[in-house]
Order: sequence, then structure tokens, then C-alpha cells
Amino acid sequence: MSTETLESPQPLTKKDFVPPNEVRWCPGCGDYAILNSIQKTFPELGVPREKFVVVSGIGCSSRFPYYMQTYGFHTIHGRAPTLATGVKVANPDLSVWMITGDGDGLSIGGNHLLHVLRRNPNINILLFNNRVYGLTKGQYSPTSDVGMKTKSTPMGSIDHPVNPIQFAIGAEASFIARTVDTDPKHMVETFKAAHAHKGVSFVEILQNCVIYNKDVWEDVYGRDARAEQILYLADGQPLIYGKDKDKGIRLNNLDPEIVTLGESGASEGELLQHNPKEANSLYTTLLSQLVHPQFPTPVGVFRALERPVYEDSLQAQIDAAQESKGQGDLQTSLVGGGSWVVE
Amino acid sequence: MTTSSTQFEEKEAIVIRFAGDSGDGMQTVGEQFTDSSAFAGNDLATLPDFPAEIRAPAGTLPGVSGFQLQFGSREVKTPGDAPDALVAMNPAALKVNLEELVPGGLLIVNTEAFKKSNLLKAGYESDPLEDESLSTNYKLVKINITELTKQALSESSMKPNQKARCKNFFALGFTYWVYDRPLDPTINFLNSKWGKRLPEVADANIKVLKAGYYFGETTELSQNRYQVSRADNAPGTYRKINGNDALVYGLISGVQSASKEMVFSGYPITPASSILEGLAAQKHFGIKTVQAEDEIAAIGVALGASFAGRLGICATSGPGMCLKSEFMGLSAITELPLVICDVQRGGPSTGLPTKTEQGDLLQSYFGRNSDLPIPIIAPTSPSDCFWVARECVRIALAYNTPVILLSELYLAIGSEPWCLPDLSTLPEIPSNVIQPGEEFKIYKRDPETLARKVAFPGMPGYEHRVGGLEKDESGGVSYDAANHENMTRIRAEKVQAIAKSLPPTEVNGASSGKLLVLGWGGTYGAITSAVNRLQAEGFSVSSVVLRHLNPLPLDLEDILSRFDKILIPELNLGQLRLLIQGHYLRETIGFNKVQGRPFTVSEMVEKIQELL
Repeated sequence: MSTETLESPQPLTKKDFVPPNEVRWCPGCGDYAILNSIQKTFPELGVPREKFVVVSGIGCSSRFPYYMQTYGFHTIHGRAPTLATGVKVANPDLSVWMITGDGDGLSIGGNHLLHVLRRNPNINILLFNNRVYGLTKGQYSPTSDVGMKTKSTPMGSIDHPVNPIQFAIGAEASFIARTVDTDPKHMVETFKAAHAHKGVSFVEILQNCVIYNKDVWEDVYGRDARAEQILYLADGQPLIYGKDKDKGIRLNNLDPEIVTLGESGASEGELLQHNPKEANSLYTTLLSQLVHPQFPTPVGVFRALERPVYEDSLQAQIDAAQESKGQGDLQTSLVGGGSWVVE
Repeated sequence: MTTSSTQFEEKEAIVIRFAGDSGDGMQTVGEQFTDSSAFAGNDLATLPDFPAEIRAPAGTLPGVSGFQLQFGSREVKTPGDAPDALVAMNPAALKVNLEELVPGGLLIVNTEAFKKSNLLKAGYESDPLEDESLSTNYKLVKINITELTKQALSESSMKPNQKARCKNFFALGFTYWVYDRPLDPTINFLNSKWGKRLPEVADANIKVLKAGYYFGETTELSQNRYQVSRADNAPGTYRKINGNDALVYGLISGVQSASKEMVFSGYPITPASSILEGLAAQKHFGIKTVQAEDEIAAIGVALGASFAGRLGICATSGPGMCLKSEFMGLSAITELPLVICDVQRGGPSTGLPTKTEQGDLLQSYFGRNSDLPIPIIAPTSPSDCFWVARECVRIALAYNTPVILLSELYLAIGSEPWCLPDLSTLPEIPSNVIQPGEEFKIYKRDPETLARKVAFPGMPGYEHRVGGLEKDESGGVSYDAANHENMTRIRAEKVQAIAKSLPPTEVNGASSGKLLVLGWGGTYGAITSAVNRLQAEGFSVSSVVLRHLNPLPLDLEDILSRFDKILIPELNLGQLRLLIQGHYLRETIGFNKVQGRPFTVSEMVEKIQELL
């Protein structure tokens, strides 16, 4: 690589984030669109290129760092959250992006994902959800539906799937969002919001695997479906969707229900109004339960709450210790425990 | 021999063991006796021995907690074999420990605890204190410690059960009288521990400690007193240190000499937790500690920190090493600096969490998929943990490699006096980092050390990717057959190349002879004591105790060739022996013990004599 220019050229463009090596995902894979959107997002964040770190686990999506001209670490299966935490703790000045999938993040790495979300380091986590194991050639994943027939489930999966958004709510993630690989504009918007959030950002990306789970989201975001099936969340706006913006979500006791707006239907004022700053997880949980096919699928920022950031709290403790004890002096500490002198 | 309380019998070294229920405070009084002996200028070594359960059922055999130490006016390298004195706070403690007390040894018992229910729990059908053989075979001193403790505190406002809890300090006070120990270190300890928060607790324990001491002075008991003079130690400032504390200081010293920030990540595990706790208490050194969610996360956090240009360090024990193995592979293929401390305990699986063993050597050597050696260094004494920690930091940063620091429970919790180094005289530890303007290929190597240089996030112009897939020299993913074999060989050769930076191996005794005792790590004390004793008796025996286990020292093969026989004592079934025989095709004799306890000097002497 070139070492002649030590300062990153400013302003950065998408090209600055494209490495010379070729991308080896299957043609038509949803990952290309996500990569493209990230490469579009990064130059617009005002972060020098050398301060980006992309960390991943194992799986198709986790090849991501190899396709980004930044510092990157392709780690081991499920463990990316730990390594990303180490990077961020070591140098809070870095912009850390963690790439994972439904198998990597929610199966083998479920433990670490839980803990990185609850600790709240300022890391952006993108979970590519294609509801299948691609790199190992098509076994069912923890987000696959019951009954899914794969090579490892010839009679259909009997595992109840995990809902990634609900998982993130359970772990009390401070920022939770969802976007789709077919909507570059929405992806860029969502990634920017994730970057802007101080604390951990969890973004589920509905992503298509053309080989092993083709059209998994077709009924949600396919050309013919999306207008009626996607609910775009907007801060302060009512939960309205549909081609004619004539449908909404209203609360009936503790259950969400779909209502039609208009003369014979409900009024806009009856609808739930989106508030990503709502601290009560009941509301976020309610959103997470809007699941296809009974409901439209919400995309956008579900939640953005302020919570203490892990690496800031860690540094604050160091500062407080140095304030009260002074900078450590090892020679003094060695003697401190009680010593004696032999003449 | 006199029975007057003012006369002392001079001893070169004494071994004393405190034993009682796990809630009786035996570890506390053991540590206090150690401090007092250290201040008295003795050389010493300790062996805390406690159950894995925090409070096993009171009065039972599994609930017995013990603390042994040897203190002497001569060099002391082990906590001693059979105790010369035993303090037994209850029947279970007597039952578990009596067998090992030397014939004629001093036996101090708390008679109050020898009630029927306790006798039954310990499996005694009748009161052993009434058995004449006990007073015939040992110098039996029967004291109602519990009652005397309560009497000493008759004016205290504490509750009766709180008063009874001070009884360990009565026993301690009495032993201070027998062995002429200074009381001040313990009084200072009690005042600094309780003085501010609970002054009545400090006062009560001090009162009881003194009561125990004066009980010796005033009692009618006919009792010998013993004196152990100051050891002839080299001039310097000394402190008592255990292995894990020394390790903590060594890691801090190492990163300071390297001008590196330390990120330490650990997960609680016996007997390594005190490393995490020790470093967490040193935040004013700018150390970042992370208690991770599991063992895998701990090494992941550390490796991430190393990738980001700091030094990542983690510490664990055998079960944690199993979990860390995949990340060890990643750290070795990405060639990033990392220090992995393994404080070995009895295995396999959960095994004997509070007992010592040397069972993880082969795991450290081979415990990863593929051919992937990692440097391994083992400390030989508690204070040596300091120096080995520095050496691990040196190798990790110079060669950009993970390094395993292979300590043992025996060293981790055992204490010895340590002549403190002058830190300002310690050498700097260089890092192997790309310099601005230098051309960067990820796996371009120094032809001599085979080490690569690292660049880390934040350094403009050096953006690159590392990961677990095989790479070519420039860092590109490569499935090329020849490249893979080449990289596999280079990763192994790079570890071997470290041997060139090691000092000559120290041989204790003649450089050739009939028998070489070859050990590693914490067996140093027992091996050296036994070999020194036999050398003094004129036997042709020498010893080498290895710290560097991977790579092995370059001069080792030559040293081995100069002895007729080689004995390899290990607290495992022959792991170093397998390596030595494999490396050098040299027949050796194993001496193996896997009882969760260190070698005694006498069994070592006996084994060596068998071969001479």
C-alpha cells in the first residue's frame, strides 16, 4: 500500500474506502448493497480514514472488513463484540464498526452480543439478517422460521426463532434500528444515525441470500410488497404506512392493531406516535412485535436513549483514581505494602 | 534443655502449620505469622491450603483450611515438608494434619472445640486428647482457646459469637510467644484493617493477640521456646510478596518500560482472580481493566486492545485456557502482541481449583488447531513472577506474538521475602512498530528475528486488514498451497528464533556429572533445596530449572549431554519429559506427583539418592 501520503486526503470520497482487492460474495448477494452504502456513508461522517476500524466475526457478512479500505479485523466466529470492545476501550477516539450476521451474532456469539449491548461502548453493530447460514451452505439459523427445511433440518426446523430487535431490547441496547438491503438511501440514513448516537448502536439489516434463502424478505420489501408492508418510523410522527398512507397502528388495550384512516375509519390522533426517546421498553417491545405477515415491518430508528458510555466511565475512573492518589509510582507501591531494610 | 520461659532453643528453620475450619481465620493468622517472621528478618516460604468451598460444613474434614510456612535463618526455598508445629483449632483439623506432624513436634489444640458433636463430625469415636499416645508422641499443649478468648474480652461490648471469632488471634499470640515473634506487625495490620471502620474489632483482636502471648508468659505450662535468628540476606529493601502480586507489579513494570498503555481483561477464576483484582486496584497507573463476560471475551478484549496499539493482557487458569484456545490461534496468525497468564491448578476440567499442579504445559504447547507454537515462560518462585511478567512483555512486543506466562497456584498464593529492585535501573522494552514513512507489508519480516512490524488504527496511510484467514506477505487472503506451508513454517521458526535472545542456562552445581535434575517453574524450590543438600554431602548431582519452555534454551541439549542420567520431576504425568525426549531423543527418568501438592524436599532427596 502507498505510504507516500501520510495524511488522509480531505474531503474523503467513496473511492477512498474501496480497497484494490476483489469482492468475493455471490453475484446478487444483498451484502454488495450494504457495502456500497457503508462506503457512501463513511466519507460523510467527518472521521479521518485511519480512525475507522471494521471488526467482524465469521460468516459471509463477516468478510466485510476485507472489502473496506480502513483498518479491519476479521476475527473468529461470534467473538467480534469482544474484540471491538477491546479496540474501543484501548482507543476511544476510533470509529468502530462491527459486522455480524444472524448466526454469528445471535447463535455462537449470542452471549457476547448481549454483553456488548448492555455495556454500551460507542460501537456501531450491523447485524445482517438473512435467516440462514450461507458460508456453510444453507443450514437453518437462529432467526429461521419454524418448519424451514434445510440440509440440517430435512423435516423442518423445530427451533423457535429469536427476534433480533427483541434481543437488543432485552439487553437494553441504547440505540436500536432496522433497515433493508434494497433501500440504499434508508441504509445511509440509518448508518449516519447509528454513528451519531453516543453509545452502542444496534442495526438489524434485512438482507437477502440469493443462494440459500432467496427471496426471504420478498414479501416484506419486494417491489410489489414494500409500499404496503414497510412502516417507516419517523421521530414524532404517527405510525402510518401504506401506498396511500391510509393505514396506521393503534393500541387496543396492550395489543397493537391495524386501523384504516379516513371517513369511516380511525383518525390520525388515535394512532401511536413514534418516539425513539421513549425510555419505557414497553413501547419499543410493541414495535418489535409488529411482525410480518400480521403486521407491516417497521424500519428506521426504534430507540435512541442516552446512557453512560462504557469507555467514558472507564476513563472517568482512571481520572478519579489519579486525582485522589496521584499518578502511580511503582517504586513507592512496591515498598508500600510494608517493607524492611537489610543493611 | 530448659523449660524456663526466658530461655530459647536456637533453630535453623521451623515449619509451622495452622489448621482449623475454613471460617476460623487460619489464612489470616498464617499471613500474620509470615509478616511477623519477615519483619524478624527470616527467610521464608508459605503454602496456604484451603478447600474450594467458601464455607464447607463447619467441623467437617473437607472444611479444614490450613496454612503452612517455613521460616529460617538460612536460605528457605520451600514451605517445608513435615511441620515441626501444628496448631489445630478443632478435631477435624487434628485428624487431617496430625499424620504429617514430625514425631515429638509441638501440637497446640483448642480444647473447647473437642466436644462430642465435633468429634463425631471428624470421625473420632473417642476424644483423641484423652489418648495417652498423643502426649507421648508429641509435645501436646492443650489450651481452651475459645474460653480464654472470651475471658480476655469480658469487658468488651461485642456479642459472644463475635468474641469467639477472635480466637485465631489468641492462637497466633501464643505461637508468637513460643517462637519469639514481634507483635507489632500484627497490631499494625489490625489497626489499619479495622481501626477506622470498626475500632472495637481492632481493639478486641489486639487484646486477644496479647492475651495469647501473655498466656505463654504466665502459664504453668512447661513449654520450650525457640529462636530463629535473622537470615543472612543481601543488603536491600525487602517486602513479603506472593506470586500473583509480583505478577501484577511485573506487568505494570513491563508496560512502563515499554511506554505502552495496558488493557487487562479477565474473568473471575481461581487462582487467577487476584491478578484482575490487583490490576483493577491500580487504576492510577492508567491501567484499563475490563471484567469480561467470559474467558473467551477476556482474551478477545485484550487482543482488540493490542490491535489498537496498546498491550492487551489476560489471566486465567486451566479451564479458561481451554476456552481461549481459538483466540490464541487468531493472535498468533495475526502476529499481534498479547500476554496470556495461566495460573495452573489441579485439573482436568474443574479438577482441584485450590490445589497446585503443572498440568497445562502440553496444553500451552499444543492446545490450538494446526501447527502453531506460542512462546511459554514459567516463573520459578513467587517473586520471579515479577521478572517473568517483564520478560513476557518484552517478547510479546519485540516479536509481535502472543506469549503464555505459565504460573502455578503454589507460586500465586505462596509468599517469600523479596529484595526490591531499583526500577530506574531496569532496561527499556522496545516495541516493534512501523515508523512513519516506512514501507509496510503486513508480514514482511526482520531476517534475523522473523518478527513482523505492526501498524495500528490511528496511523494514517497504513490502513490494513488482519484476520484468521491465511495471508500472503502483503496481507492479502491467500489459499495458495506453497504460501500456506511457508507461513506455517515461518510462524514456528519465529518462535524458535526467540531462543537467540535468551541468556545462558544456569546450572546449579557442576556442569557435568552423574545426574542432572531438570525441572521447570515452581518445582525450583524443592529441586534446588534437595540438590544443594546432596551436593553438600558430596553427591554428583546438578540441577537446571527452566523458565523458558518454548523455545527451549539453545544450550540445553549440550547441558543434557554432559550428564549420565536426567531426572525430570514434575507435578504432572511427564509433560516436560515428553518434550525433552521428543526434542533431543534423550532418555530421561520421570518423577511425577499429581496430588495437588508441591514436592517435599525429602521426597526429592530420596528420589535422587535412588538414582545415584
